[in-house]
Parts: sequence; structure tokens; C-alpha cells
Amino acid sequence: MPGLEDLYREIILDHYKNPRNRGQLEVPPAVRADGHNPLCGDEITVFVELDGDRVVRVAIDGQGCSISQSSASMMSQAMTGRTTDEARALLHRFKHMMSIADHDHSDEPAEDIPLGDLEALQGVVKFPVRIKCAVLAWNTLAQALDSAAS
Amino acid sequence: MAAIDVDALIQDFPLLSAAPEDGRRLVYLDSANTSQKPNAVIDAMGRFMRESYGPINRSAYRLAAAATDAYEGARNRVARFINAASADEIVFTRNATDALNLFAQSWSRAHLRRGDVVVLSHMEHHANIVPWQMMHDEIGIELRWIPLTDDGQLDLANLDDLLDGASVLAVTAMSNVLGTINPVAELCTRARAAGAVTMVDACQSVPHGPTDVQAWGADLCAFSSHKMLGPTGLGVLWGRAEILEALPPMIGGGNMIDDVRLDGYSCAPVPTRFEAGTGQLVEAVGLNAAIDYLDTLGMDRVRDHERELTRYAIDTLTAAFGDDITIHGPSDPELRGGVLSFAFRDLHPHDVSQILDEYRVCVRAGHHCAKPLMRILEANATVRASLYIYNGPDDIDVLVEALSSAGDIFGF
Repeated sequence: MPGLEDLYREIILDHYKNPRNRGQLEVPPAVRADGHNPLCGDEITVFVELDGDRVVRVAIDGQGCSISQSSASMMSQAMTGRTTDEARALLHRFKHMMSIADHDHSDEPAEDIPLGDLEALQGVVKFPVRIKCAVLAWNTLAQALDSAAS
Repeated sequence: MAAIDVDALIQDFPLLSAAPEDGRRLVYLDSANTSQKPNAVIDAMGRFMRESYGPINRSAYRLAAAATDAYEGARNRVARFINAASADEIVFTRNATDALNLFAQSWSRAHLRRGDVVVLSHMEHHANIVPWQMMHDEIGIELRWIPLTDDGQLDLANLDDLLDGASVLAVTAMSNVLGTINPVAELCTRARAAGAVTMVDACQSVPHGPTDVQAWGADLCAFSSHKMLGPTGLGVLWGRAEILEALPPMIGGGNMIDDVRLDGYSCAPVPTRFEAGTGQLVEAVGLNAAIDYLDTLGMDRVRDHERELTRYAIDTLTAAFGDDITIHGPSDPELRGGVLSFAFRDLHPHDVSQILDEYRVCVRAGHHCAKPLMRILEANATVRASLYIYNGPDDIDVLVEALSSAGDIFGF
């Protein structure tokens, strides 16, 4: 059985206890999307503000477990400054790490984008019931990007 | 009356008496979700399939007749267990949710009109909420809600107002989140005085103490086999004969008919008219064995055991963690069953459950299919430890040990 140290890495606990980019952004100019996990009741709201094609600010609101919250926090940092294409590529790369086929890109291998702190979430894969927690913020961000594009 | 000897009893449960893994035995604290199964049930079902399996209600040969007897014998056994007036008042359903839906949907369509009132409570399981909301959407019935007191009991202060003009009262006998045991007899008496039909969601009560549906004065109740040592796939709807006679069946097909012509059909008598298709014969045999097992233990002893274990759990958790733990529901074990939903420090229930799993402690983390109640508790989720006959103080001690380590991991 994989140990808890694979799941609760120090950096994950740090993001959980000190979440980055917590709060709300004004809509508009930002777009927002709400996500929830019906199994556990976790709720998350992702705000994304674009300047042209570039993500300039991300904010995270809502509540959830250490995995969903730390994943959201790291995501908010990792997304800031990327173009929307780069953001989607990172999203695909992350879901690939989580062993989840992305419907839109199921046949494409993930680009080898450096994940930085996000690598710490790799251990979640060993705890399959928690994968949904880790990807909740990412799926919600995808909705926000979609609504910004439409 | 001797207390239940848990160490001896768990020898009847293969999963609970299995060899430890990594030095840890299984600590199963999720029986409000579903219960473990004793050999008596597992063996009865296997033996029946190996030795005497056949079709029910269809064929004339002896094997078929014996199978039908087994199925009807289980119905009779259930009736005696809850003191129903007759085995004909027992309907086998797929599960308790199926039973609750059968009543809510079929009764509403046959007897309720726009504006008719159904009274529920804030502590209902989704299975006793959503079917009524569907009927609200379809027919326009009005839903009223019995609120809760601060310590998680039904607030009956305005019950008569809520029941004024009501057609149905549908309420749980025991909360699957708070553990609160509701005053079912009083509720049914007052509902009947107001002219309302009463449905009792007995999923959490029937497995854990003596049940007398006639003493309740209820019209119907629903419960499930799998929470009371029996197999999944089988639920029970009990209804007084005259209520079942007035309840149209929802599912048509074989077995439930008296006659079928090209221009129409007529239904079989109750309860068969509610059991279209081949029934859950093997599961009924399993439930029969589960009830035999529980009755041998004695339901009064089951209730006494769980009340005292609940007392021990509340005292031990409170002594160990003080203000770091918030246990929802009444603090008096006389008022509650062995369901302990709690918040632990600032830890998310998912994380608590994950860490407890390292100690092989099985608890539920989530909203427990009672989201309206969770909103009242201002929690997205709770940890829920639920007790049964095979749990003892040792299990609570392991829970405390595991919770302590959860606090350590998160550095709180």
C-alpha cells in the first residue's frame, strides 16, 4: 500500500494551509466558473482575467480537501502569465499526469511542459479516489477558459 | 440480559475476523452506509443456490414450489420482525430508495393534486426528499419542512401548523447524519389526527433496535436489507393493507398481474402487484437468515449495546480531543443511535478519512446524501463513524489513535 507521505507532501500541505491567489475577481473583466464534486461536496470557483490572449490573474474561491485546495492554489500560480493555448496545454499535461484522458486531446501525447511544484501532486495517482479532488480546479478552469472564448 | 460479546461475535463475520494486514485488523465504522455480513447470511444464500434453487410463482414442480415457499417464508419473517399485521403487508423492492419512490410517486399521482401538502423534515435522506420534489415538479404538491433544534432534534413546536391540511407526513425514524432517534409514534399520532398518511423512513432504525410498526401507528415504512446484515438488492416497503390497496403499482410486467387481455389487464392482489418480474429470491433468503441472526441476538440487546458504545465513543472522543472535535446531534445517547458525524479540527473529512484508512478504519466522509441538512450544519461534508453489533470499545480506541495521527500529519 502506498504511504501517506506520497500523498501529503510538504509542498501540498503548504499550499493547503497558505493558499495562493485566494479570493474573487470582478466579473467582468474576469470570467468565473463554478465546479463541485457531488461525491464529497467540495465546491470551487475559479476566476480568470485575460489580457487579450494572456492569463493575467487567477483567483480561487470555495472550499475543499487538502488535495483539491492545494491543487487549485498551485494551478493559480502555474497559469498566471500563460497564453490561453499554453494554459490549455498545461491543463492537458496535468490531467495526463493524473492518468485522465482529456476528451478533446485523447489521442495527443502531452507536451513535456515542466510542472514545477505540481509534480508534488503525482502521488495522488496512487490514491484513485482522490484524483477527482486534484482535477476539480483544473476542470473548472477549463470551463472558465471556454466561457471566455465564447 | 447479558451484553453482546463482540470478540465472540466477530468470529461470525469473515471480513472482521480475517487475519490482520500490516498488524492491523479491519475497524469497520460505516454500518449506517452498509453493514458487514455474517456467515449465517453468506452460507444461507450459497446453500439455497447450491441445494434448492428454482423459480418462484411460476411452475408446478416441487423445486419451484419449495423456492416459492422460501420467498414467502422470508416475507413472513420480515412481517414478524417488525410486527406487521400480515405478511401481505410486506412488499419486496429493489432497495429502500425504490420503496420510498414507489410510495411517493404512485401515491402522489393517484391521490394528490396541485397544492396538496406533504410534510418532510430537514434531516431527511435524499431518498425521502427528491421523489417528493419530483412530484412537486410534476403535480404541484406543496412541500413543508419540520425544522431542527440546535442539538439536532426535530423542532415540533409548530408541528400542528405544518400538519394542518397535510396529506402526507414522510419522516425518518433516525437520522443517518445526526443519529437522532425521532418520536415516531407521536409524529404518526399527530399526523393521523390531522388526516395525513404517514411514511416512516426506517432504514437507520430497523437494523438497530426493536421495531413495532403497529405501535408506531404508521401507515407505511421503508428499510433496506443490506444495512441489517442482509444482502444488497433488496428493500422492504411495509404498508397497512388498506393503504397498499389504494396504492397503484408503478412497474408492469409478469408476476404482478391477475389477467392480461389485448384490451387491458388486471392486477394481482397485494403485495404481488408491486413485484413485477422475477423477485429477489436469493436475497430474500439472505434477509431471512439476517433476521434470524439478529433475533437470536435480541433487538433489545442490540439497542443496549449500541447505546452504551455510543456513550463510550462520545465520552472518549470528547476526552481525547475536547474542543478540537464537534460531534453533531444530541449528546445524550438515550436520544440517538450509533451514528457519529463530526468535524475534527479544521481538517477536511476527505483527508481525515484518508488518514484513518491507513489504520484500516473505515468511515464515511461526505454529505451522506443529506445535503439540505449539511447546509443547516454549515458543513460541506462531515466524517461519519457509525456503529453496529460487531463494534466494541477497541474500535473507538483505534479511531482515537488514528485521529491523533491525522492532527500530527497536518501539524495542527
